[in-house]
Amino acid sequence: MSLALHGPAAAEIIACKQESASIVSLTLRLSDRALADRFEFQPGQFNMLYLYGAGEIPVSISSDPSSPDPLVHTIRDVGRISHGLVRLRPGDRIGLRGPFGRGWPVEDACRRDVIVITGGLGCAPVIPVIDYVIQRRRDYGRLIIMQGVKHSDDLIWRARYDAWAEQPDTQVLLAADVGDRQWNGTVGPVTGLFKQAQLRTGNSMAFLCGPEPMIRACVQQLLEKGLPPDRIWISMERNMQCALGQCGHCQFGARFVCRDGPVFCYADIRHLFGRKGF
Amino acid sequence: MEAPRSASRFLPRKAFDTLLSALRDGGYDCAAPVVRDGAVVYTRLQAHDLLPSGISIQQAPGHYRVEFTDSPRNFSWANGPQALKPFVFTASEPLWSVRRDPDGELRFTEADTSQDPVAIIGVRSCDLAALALQDRHFLGGDCVDPHYQARRASLFLVAVNCSHPSDTCFCVSTGDGPTASDGYDLLLDELDDGFVIQAGSSAGQNLLERLPLASPTGKQLQDITRQNLHAAECQARRLPPGNLEPALFANLDHPHWQTVAERCLSCGNCTSVCPTCFCYRELDRGSLDPDRSEHVREWDSCFTQGHSYIHGVTIRAGTDLRYRQWLTHKLGSWHSQYGRSGCVGCGRCISWCPVGIDLTEEVAMIVGGAS
Ligand SMILES: Cc1cc2nc3c(=O)[nH]c(=O)nc-3n(C[C@H](O)[C@H](O)[C@H](O)COP(=O)(O)OP(=O)(O)OC[C@H]3O[C@@H](n4cnc5c(N)ncnc54)[C@H](O)[C@@H]3O)c2cc1C
Ligand code: SF4
Ligand code: SF4
Ligand code: FES
Repeated sequence: MSLALHGPAAAEIIACKQESASIVSLTLRLSDRALADRFEFQPGQFNMLYLYGAGEIPVSISSDPSSPDPLVHTIRDVGRISHGLVRLRPGDRIGLRGPFGRGWPVEDACRRDVIVITGGLGCAPVIPVIDYVIQRRRDYGRLIIMQGVKHSDDLIWRARYDAWAEQPDTQVLLAADVGDRQWNGTVGPVTGLFKQAQLRTGNSMAFLCGPEPMIRACVQQLLEKGLPPDRIWISMERNMQCALGQCGHCQFGARFVCRDGPVFCYADIRHLFGRKGF
Repeated sequence: MEAPRSASRFLPRKAFDTLLSALRDGGYDCAAPVVRDGAVVYTRLQAHDLLPSGISIQQAPGHYRVEFTDSPRNFSWANGPQALKPFVFTASEPLWSVRRDPDGELRFTEADTSQDPVAIIGVRSCDLAALALQDRHFLGGDCVDPHYQARRASLFLVAVNCSHPSDTCFCVSTGDGPTASDGYDLLLDELDDGFVIQAGSSAGQNLLERLPLASPTGKQLQDITRQNLHAAECQARRLPPGNLEPALFANLDHPHWQTVAERCLSCGNCTSVCPTCFCYRELDRGSLDPDRSEHVREWDSCFTQGHSYIHGVTIRAGTDLRYRQWLTHKLGSWHSQYGRSGCVGCGRCISWCPVGIDLTEEVAMIVGGAS
């Protein structure tokens, strides 16, 4: 259930972490404690974050759903509002509406292998999935994490990837289009990682997030390897103004990404996915 | 088709004022169509204002002209650029405001949604159909829009059956006119010497009972039946029948999208005048006081560049993609979203398109069935 639907609730920044040159994680706490107590979210859901005097943008919740207070949002500085948000300091206030949308079907993935494929900052929305699976490691099969970045400097959370790689039956594969001298992952696009991935498509569920051309290429690979379309899940981004299914901006054919997504089953959207203009 | 007229009354033209007075006594402001800047628009009437008479409107693709005749009638024309949309979903309105306290805390206040009751005189059948569609959008889901809801609840609708559709009208083919079947409080049928009036809601019935009116004569009822039939028969434009969603989505690569795009200016006039278009953008409006900001919404259009912008990409950069979005949504995905097409056949987007693009022709080129 979303709180503060029509007008934001105030939240205080309690910590800021510079993850890379352009990426900052903001830890924040709703000022209204009663609201904070009721705030719950599913992995893959997002909030609308309001920068004072500027406006709102949709941002995924990148923290662990089992401890929703405080919340973490990981934001890349790309434009007007994100630029202001990444410059905030502890003690600064923002507005927050949410959580919105439908998240990843983590429960349906129970007892299956989980394949998480991300590109760029695409990892932020699926971090809660990885956390969720790792906390319930025995309920899930093999966990395969494939992450691609443009430049190896863009890879944030190296320590987390290292820690995940230590988990039982967990494979972590990293690729950078351009790697620096210390880079020990693959050089090239994330699709290059399929050669090493120990996929068992018979009983797997895949969760993908990132730039759409990258998702398209990876979905193609998964389908070729025999994963059925109804076990491929994708998180989508479209322009969002309201997050309430009303402003019309996020429409993807008949679907509203803010309300019916942002996570979609590939089988439901494949007739339009990758179509120019939608 | 003859609507049930059991409770109908006859309101002589010279007694029309008694209807306005009864509405005002009931606490309603009255808004009615008047001519302004060469078009018919709804305006709040001052006490003693008279409804204009003798208006005649010529409409054709890219063409709208108001002329005056010596007809005594008040409603012998089809429509103006605005329907009920501005009354329920305004072109710009505050959603909430925020104050920044000296300690840095942000205090948010939702905008006041209270509305004074308003009676709108001269609502058309297509406008009622469009209102029902906007109701589904703004009120029908899990999330009810409080601004729309308050404005909607403040309306008292006095509809009038169309006697003079324009050449651009095609409400018969969409099933939305020219006579109103529901959604009104009072319904008028206009004759030269007055109106046959009937109620469509208990509020309308209560009001009607306060007016000392006689029943219409059999001749008057025959006249309006004939008039309604004529209004339906004179419409030449039409949309291809049925749910066009599958056919439109099967033709996403049709070359005609590009042909339309060569004429379309991507100005968004069509979406502004369309009574069912619901897109809006949100923005902060700063004030001179640096510690206050107001968050507003404004109508937006899928014909703008910003509508589909996400960082680094404009999903619909070309006019062909924007026109395709408008048509595949309006006549296509509306079926999946709201159970019917998003077009009520009012023809506004045809008249108000500066280059005279006619959606009935364009869609027929794309899905077949060109007339
Ligand atoms: C469901 C969802 C989850 C997201 N999660 C994250 C996340 O975890 N971390 C992160 O850094 N970014 C995330 N984004 C992207 C983020 O919303 C955009 O980067 C942000 O809107 C850019 O705004 P701006 O004002 O800084 O940029 P500008 O380029 O100045 O954009 C101007 C305006 O366009 C719109 N806009 C631009 N890009 C996007 C976009 N990608 N999505 C939606 N609207 C956009 C916004 O209204 C924005 O204010 C997410 C987007 C969506 C839809
Ligand atoms: S699409 Fe055109 S004709 Fe149909 S309801 Fe909208 S403005 Fe009227
Ligand atoms: S179809 Fe006509 S009214 Fe609509 S955007 Fe194009 S030029 Fe403007
Ligand atoms: S963001 Fe407004 S409808 Fe989805």
